[in-house]
Amino acid sequence: MARRRFLSVWLPDLSTDRLWRRERRRPAWERELADGVPLATVAAVQGGQRVAAADAAARAAGVAPGQPLADARALAPGLRTLAADPAADTRLVGALADWCGRYTPWTAVDATADEGDIDPTAPHPFRHGLWLDISGCAHLFGGEAALLADLTGRLARMGFANTAALADTAGAAWAVARFGRDPDRRIVPPGGQRAILAPLPLAALRLPAGTVAALSRVGLRRVDDLLGLPRAPLAARFGTAVARRLDQALGHDAESFVPRRPVPDLRARLAFAEPVSAAGDLAAAAERLLDALCADLERARLGARRLELVGYRVDGGRTGVAVGTSRPLRDPVRLFRLLAGKLERLDPGFGIETLVLAAPATAPQGAEQADMDGRAARGDRLADLLDRLGNRLGPGSLRRLRAGGSHLPERAWRQVPAVAAPDAPPAPPAAALDPPVAAAADAVPPQPRPLHLLPWPEPIEVVAPVPDHPPVLFRWRRVQHRIAAAEGPERIGPEWWHAELPAADVPDPAAAVQAPLRDYYRVEDEGGARYWLYREGLYRPGVAPRWFLHGFFG
Amino acid sequence: MTTPVPFPRRPAESPSPDPPPRPDPALLADLRARIRRLERGHGKAGRDQVPAALTLGDPAIDGALPGGGLARAALHEVVGPPEEAMGGAMGGTMGAATGFCAALLGRLAAGDGADGAILWCCRDHDLYGPGLAALGLDPARLLLVRGRRDADVLWAMEEGLRSGVPAAVVGQVAAPAAVALRRLHLAAETGGVTGFLLGRAPADRQASPAMTRWRVAPLPGGLPSGLSPWPAPRWRLELLRCRGGRPGSWDVTWHAGPETDGHGTAGGAFAVRPPAAGTAAPTGKKTLVFGTAER
Repeated sequence: MARRRFLSVWLPDLSTDRLWRRERRRPAWERELADGVPLATVAAVQGGQRVAAADAAARAAGVAPGQPLADARALAPGLRTLAADPAADTRLVGALADWCGRYTPWTAVDATADEGDIDPTAPHPFRHGLWLDISGCAHLFGGEAALLADLTGRLARMGFANTAALADTAGAAWAVARFGRDPDRRIVPPGGQRAILAPLPLAALRLPAGTVAALSRVGLRRVDDLLGLPRAPLAARFGTAVARRLDQALGHDAESFVPRRPVPDLRARLAFAEPVSAAGDLAAAAERLLDALCADLERARLGARRLELVGYRVDGGRTGVAVGTSRPLRDPVRLFRLLAGKLERLDPGFGIETLVLAAPATAPQGAEQADMDGRAARGDRLADLLDRLGNRLGPGSLRRLRAGGSHLPERAWRQVPAVAAPDAPPAPPAAALDPPVAAAADAVPPQPRPLHLLPWPEPIEVVAPVPDHPPVLFRWRRVQHRIAAAEGPERIGPEWWHAELPAADVPDPAAAVQAPLRDYYRVEDEGGARYWLYREGLYRPGVAPRWFLHGFFG
Repeated sequence: MTTPVPFPRRPAESPSPDPPPRPDPALLADLRARIRRLERGHGKAGRDQVPAALTLGDPAIDGALPGGGLARAALHEVVGPPEEAMGGAMGGTMGAATGFCAALLGRLAAGDGADGAILWCCRDHDLYGPGLAALGLDPARLLLVRGRRDADVLWAMEEGLRSGVPAAVVGQVAAPAAVALRRLHLAAETGGVTGFLLGRAPADRQASPAMTRWRVAPLPGGLPSGLSPWPAPRWRLELLRCRGGRPGSWDVTWHAGPETDGHGTAGGAFAVRPPAAGTAAPTGKKTLVFGTAER
């Protein structure tokens, strides 16, 4: 495997930057904060109001996270305070990680601060950060230095204080982004982790604060001090985390992250010199991306089952549309027809500067020879129709009727999705639309069955002369029907081997316990309409039987 | 310069008025065929040959329809009985209209060979497989399309009709606008697909671009009291309007076709029942003015 390159971004003032950004977007007469006013967020911690985060101006006045609010006010009399909102911070970091998808599909939120043994509500200087795996992506932006400068510059213009670093290992990049003093040495050359880490303090190894304090008590303060030490006593006294973090930072030990979004199998990217917002331009760009992606799909002998078109906006937003297909597809014309119907939902805002088309779900598709006359087969055209319908109406809107292998009416036939989900094992394309094999002799019972079956049997009021006799009158939905003729009963027993069925599969939750048998009657009312009724359970003296309407005949 | 054609003026006092000349039957048939072709628009099916009509299986009904049956590549409306006639009971009364539609689709599918899905567009589906199979329609050929709004259902119908892929398209829409109906009919002509629109009986007798409009109601008295074998479906079919045909009303019984491999039946046919004594007689003789019935 090729050498991996990780980029770590530290957003030290994310909470206050978020508030400042919100403030600057307001019109001047609605602003609450004047520029340059020290700002801090406050949270109720340990029974008192404490500073959760402070911006640069407040820190210059001596305000520090964790201080009681009264102390902070004494240090900075002009301090403006707002309530801390950790949830909004988390959302913002997530959105920034998504925005970083313009550089690489592999992005994640840095959760290092949540892994330690510290209180998650306590202020943590390294709480907010991002991971980017930019292996193989840097050349698209003119090299690593250019990519790093582009990323930090864009974040800064958006109003986020940030530092970022690049290294072979995630640990080294993290350490340099937060502890590297020299802004010119943010890019650790391949294999240079040891040299760059050695002079850094031990906190740079992503160790919990308690461990760092314990190490410093025995005189170990810099990474250098640990490098030569025997591992076993170190692990015995300070836990395995020390050696593990050291090895991860140096690249001796693998470290795994889960990217925020699934990394697509294939993607194509188009960056614009100027932000684009016209619908026609976006469509033309999508067409170019499709051509590139379909060429890649053909080389990989794959077809797309799902396509995502994501636009990265000038203002740091992200907008996207997705289409699904019923079978693997790599024909740019057909895919564009699907995508074109959704392009209007792409919200360009002030303009889209980068457009990425990805195929997150693919399936094998062999080489194909089109017909000599260039016309698609009927099955293909049906699949095209299904794709058009499914993408507009939603994936669950296309269904087929299938025999269900049960004698209970509501389970004997069921509706199944007509199009298999992309993550399901791919069915042979022809079999997807063939008549079901399961339609055996028992699928159509010898007794007449209704044309409409109510999804849930509806209770009706019934007048029956004798308990064990078809009714002469029933009332359904407040309308009375006088029965002219009836036929029955047809007794349908419960599925006793499914006694533990979940309530969702049984029409009446109470019926799940005992699942009484049903006596079905086919009746015709005076108007000629034909109904399917049943009485639940056997007749028992003193117990009024319950009647239900279950369907209509043609 | 054309010579002026004298206005044919009959002499006021003609002693022996000649009987009007009988038109040449061959010429009449040719003119009728040309008009039919003109009426069928400019769809791909309409220009050169009109596909064979879908017969209902009884000469009495088929004879009332132009071309001896329901025109393919066109839109047909099927409505249930008016609400007030059934005492406001909504649910059960549409069964007859749905059943008629399913039976027609069964005949259509049986004549088509094996392929061709049938699109059934609706807002909520409670169709039941065995009931469809009993009416001669193989449930495996149905493709159920569910739309959240009527507009979605109409759009799905139009897409299906225009694509020319499915064997037939059925839609269930409460009150489609006239423009929507027109679009559907044009789509059916373009794609060469037969469309059926299931709905309620419209309150106003508005003109419709559909080729036919049927009203289907269940016929009472089909089930003799006492325990007996379940009789075949019996409906009163009313052909409310029909382009180029005669509206009429028939009491029919549906007879299942030959059994196929355990799937139920394929096809099947309608048979007009002689009117029962005391019930309203079927009227095939209504005044015909430009293809619409005057009542």
